[in-house]
Amino acid sequence: MKYIDEYKNKEIAQNILWQIRRISKKKINLMEVCGTHTVAIFRNGIRKMLPQNINLISGPGCPVCVTPIQYIDEIIAFSRKDNFIITTFGDMIRVPGSTSTLEKEKANGSDVRIVYSTLDALKIAYDNPAKNIVFMGIGFETTSPTIARAILKAEEEKIKNFSVLSVAKIIPPAMRFLLESGEVNIDGFICPGHVSAIIGSKPYSLIAFQYGVPCVISGFEPLDILQSIYLLIRQIENGRAEVEIQYERVVKPEGNKIAMDKINEVFKVVDSDWRGIGNIPLSGLEIKDKYGKFNARKFAIKKEETKEPKGCLCGEVLRGVITPPECPLFKNICTPEDPKGACMVSTEGTCAAYYKYN
Amino acid sequence: MCLAIPGKVKKIFNDNTAEIEIGGIVKRASLDLIPQVVVGDYVLLHAGFAIEVIDQEKALEISKAWEGNID
Ligand code: SF4
Repeated sequence: MKYIDEYKNKEIAQNILWQIRRISKKKINLMEVCGTHTVAIFRNGIRKMLPQNINLISGPGCPVCVTPIQYIDEIIAFSRKDNFIITTFGDMIRVPGSTSTLEKEKANGSDVRIVYSTLDALKIAYDNPAKNIVFMGIGFETTSPTIARAILKAEEEKIKNFSVLSVAKIIPPAMRFLLESGEVNIDGFICPGHVSAIIGSKPYSLIAFQYGVPCVISGFEPLDILQSIYLLIRQIENGRAEVEIQYERVVKPEGNKIAMDKINEVFKVVDSDWRGIGNIPLSGLEIKDKYGKFNARKFAIKKEETKEPKGCLCGEVLRGVITPPECPLFKNICTPEDPKGACMVSTEGTCAAYYKYN
Repeated sequence: MCLAIPGKVKKIFNDNTAEIEIGGIVKRASLDLIPQVVVGDYVLLHAGFAIEVIDQEKALEISKAWEGNID
């Protein structure tokens, strides 16, 4: 496929690896923030190709994984109400809440529908005027403009029975939070390419400048990731900390202004809970009062008491403190078929990636 | 979840949606986030939306930079 296959060239990969070996001296930890990167790194065996002094740590960039259990319980409570249709991206449906999953609720007769796009959810609202359609608004900056667009379209087309339960999150505050916590040593960030296509490169400048940690915005094919690692090492070895865009064919320094305008029109930035990490100031998106009629939180809903799955160390995994094999449940009790935590459910979860590829 | 796949814009419709071909499969997607697209452009598709145009010149740079680079 064009714009994919050319970034898999083995010979060029060898060239980049050779240069990495040539310039890399220090022992360093690089964090790939984004779950899509985690999967790409595993699928292409990139960890094994790198010299031993370069350690890759997986970060918190899997939206399904960082959604706290109380929100899963909240959407499950909605699904149990009469006259409600739950619409969601597919990844969400198997994530365990305190006692159930959307998949189980569906099997018990709730109307839960997987959609590919927010506009498909809006279409379901249009086609079912007597029902309330709630969309589980999960995602990072790549996805939030599509949620914002659906809300704006609902307003334009006067679709009144559509609402969003927003659990949308913003990535750079989480990166700062990890650095502040000092729990793991991060010498460089491989920054998420598609989040950055929307937000541009500016939001990372503070991280590079204030914390002295280089940031490289990376594409998702093997050559992209290898080149990004090379650029990070070059900065680290030269004592620089800057923001560089490796994924230049897609990411502009200013990002996608139209998409950002849609986010800013519909959402306000709020403090937000991240599963396993805690509350991160100004790291979430909630629907502005102006569009309050599309906010599912206008409904009074009683959810069950939150119970965290026993023994699951997703939080430590998401903060990069442990790797999944260090979790006692990994592989013997927790598997993709019978996941105990969200990190094993999502195909982009670090536990699922370790299970599948390691 | 932030997966986005490159595809070629085949046809643009009046409602600001387009037919986008991805590895032989044609998908309909919204152009609301990148209205400046023209037929023949390559775009990145995410959850039913084209989110960015691929800069075809910049796309070649990586191979140019690294081909035959071994001293
Ligand atoms: S292996 Fe399973 S139980 Fe352990 S941290 Fe990962 S998701 Fe949680």
